[in-house]
Amino acid sequence: MEIVLALAIGVLGGAGVWLLLRPRTFQVLMGLSLLSYAVNLFIFATGSLSIGEEPIVRQGLTANLENYTDPMPQALVLTAIVIGFATTALFLVVLLASRGLSGTDHVDGRENDEQEGGAR
Amino acid sequence: MTAWIDAVLMPHLVIAPILLPMLTAALMLLLGEKRRKSKAALNILSCLAGLGIALALLLWVDAQPGPLAYGVYLPSNWPVPYGIVLVADRLSSLLLLLAAGVGLAAALFALARWHRAGVHFHPLFQIQLMGLNGAFLTGDLFNLFVFFEVMLVASYGLLLHGSGRARVGAGLHYIAINLLASSLFLLGTALLYGVTGTLNMADMAHKLAQIPSADRGLMHAGAALLGMAFLIKAAMWPLSFWLVPAYSAASAPVAALFAIMTKVGLYAVLRLWTLFFPAGLGPDGAALLPFGGPVLVWGGLATLAFGAIGALASQHPGRLAAYSIIVSAGTLLTAVGMHQTSVTGGALFYLLSSTLAVSALFLLVELIERSREVEDEAMLARPEDDDLLDLPGAMPEGVNLDDEEQALIGRAIPAAMAFLGLSFIVCTLLVTGLPPLSGFVAKFALLSALLNPAGLGAASAAAPIGASAWTLLALLIGSGLAATIALSRIGIRYFWAPQQRPAPKLRVIECLPILLLLAGCAVLAWQAGPVLRYTDAAAAALHGPRAYIEAVLSTQPVPPPRAPQQQQQGPTP
Repeated sequence: MEIVLALAIGVLGGAGVWLLLRPRTFQVLMGLSLLSYAVNLFIFATGSLSIGEEPIVRQGLTANLENYTDPMPQALVLTAIVIGFATTALFLVVLLASRGLSGTDHVDGRENDEQEGGAR
Repeated sequence: MTAWIDAVLMPHLVIAPILLPMLTAALMLLLGEKRRKSKAALNILSCLAGLGIALALLLWVDAQPGPLAYGVYLPSNWPVPYGIVLVADRLSSLLLLLAAGVGLAAALFALARWHRAGVHFHPLFQIQLMGLNGAFLTGDLFNLFVFFEVMLVASYGLLLHGSGRARVGAGLHYIAINLLASSLFLLGTALLYGVTGTLNMADMAHKLAQIPSADRGLMHAGAALLGMAFLIKAAMWPLSFWLVPAYSAASAPVAALFAIMTKVGLYAVLRLWTLFFPAGLGPDGAALLPFGGPVLVWGGLATLAFGAIGALASQHPGRLAAYSIIVSAGTLLTAVGMHQTSVTGGALFYLLSSTLAVSALFLLVELIERSREVEDEAMLARPEDDDLLDLPGAMPEGVNLDDEEQALIGRAIPAAMAFLGLSFIVCTLLVTGLPPLSGFVAKFALLSALLNPAGLGAASAAAPIGASAWTLLALLIGSGLAATIALSRIGIRYFWAPQQRPAPKLRVIECLPILLLLAGCAVLAWQAGPVLRYTDAAAAALHGPRAYIEAVLSTQPVPPPRAPQQQQQGPTP
């Protein structure tokens, strides 16, 4: 299970970084999303992995991490997802504004210097 | 009465700097977009109240005896390591006051015309203040992340305020970089949580001392990731390339408010590094160096050099002001990395002075630029002027003539130009650190602490002064020289160029905030003794974090207001 989760985080993170370094705004947005998924999975994993255990206290079970999964990372992931979703949506709006103002989806708002000279 | 205020009111005032802007922003959203005047009035009132609260907190914290100058507040009334905790100590009260002052000036300036450039300026402004205040007050690592995000989301909106291609382009880069930094922040927080099992900063510092050496690598990795996130915000070279385009594209009041935002990253580094890696002796008897200290020092020096070169290279006053922020960030990072109490005290004074000065400079740049626009418009409007030039022979004898053969005597300097010129000179003195203003006092305090760690006048032969200290000294003086050259050049170009233009029309509401900020610097220079005593006390508390940790961990939640016999009963099934 650890290796599966580690692979998932690694693949998501690697793909996210690769997309983040692309010069197209939409790819950057996808890269940021993938990176935030990787980070969320990572936070989830810091509370140690367990199958079939709940974060909610039940009667008759002593409250330690042998019987329950750590609730804190789940709360953190929840907050991080909400914040990450909102900021990604905001980035999308700015991306569209940039696309509309500059007419290109290059992150600099222009393709490159030679073509800019030609366009003028 | 005063006893009642101290005992009952003041502890609750710790949460007021967060609640006040939040409630103001919520009220503004309810008001709707049409009622701009009432929103503006609300914004100013809230900023004034925030200033008053910050001042009251600072005086309250400073009046407490000894090193235990802390106001700890449990917003949810949970026991300490579990619930969120807010801590107001000397450092955070000082930064709250600074944020409130800069915020008030920026809000006043925006009333002249900027708040009409787009929607929701005032609510975003208040939310930004809320994020700033929350980041200064919180004592919980994840809560720090949340307040960082609140601050950043508001700053995205404010940066784009006024729209335009330059702002959207710079804003896109700014948002992308800050989203990446937020991911790093989360990774670092998660790693530290994994190692220590807590998110409370004081509790974490307490537990970090006991973690086994097998886990120290993981903990250092977490600290390094957190540090990356903070250093991106604090604009350390080479993580600072986003700053100059973003800050010079932002509208003037927003850029003035952003001057304090880089200080949040620095505050986080200062707070966490002094808590997590306190000075002292390691288990093997060797002096403990803070993790990443050399990175901070040499990175700060590189930032300082980069800022100075950038200031020299900038042709535009807005870019020059943005590079001055990088210069001050470099100075502060180096001073923090030195990990000496006296240097940190001087650095805190420098932080106050440089933030006020750069913020005033950003406001001033906008007015100077406007005078330039007036000139361009005047030139375009009167192309026939060339035909109407007076012949030089018409002049009386013995009169000094300027470049365009016009008489120089008897020409009145308009009040607006006089104000702009004088404020620009004052800003130059402050940014470059020339006497007699607070910039000089700040640099003097830093340099004397560097060269004489034992204090002014004490024998200094005890410890040799390291290479980094000498480099900082050279770079501080060199960057002052570079800033002098760059600012003089801009001043000559904008104020001494032939004055064929009508003076720009300034409004009182635009001059007042600049005067306020500069008056703040004048007060800093005038009251340098008490302020330095305060910053030294704040630095001493930072470098002896035991009192902070104990103050936070010993705070008990308020017992519920019930009769005691009800507490004896067990939980209802």
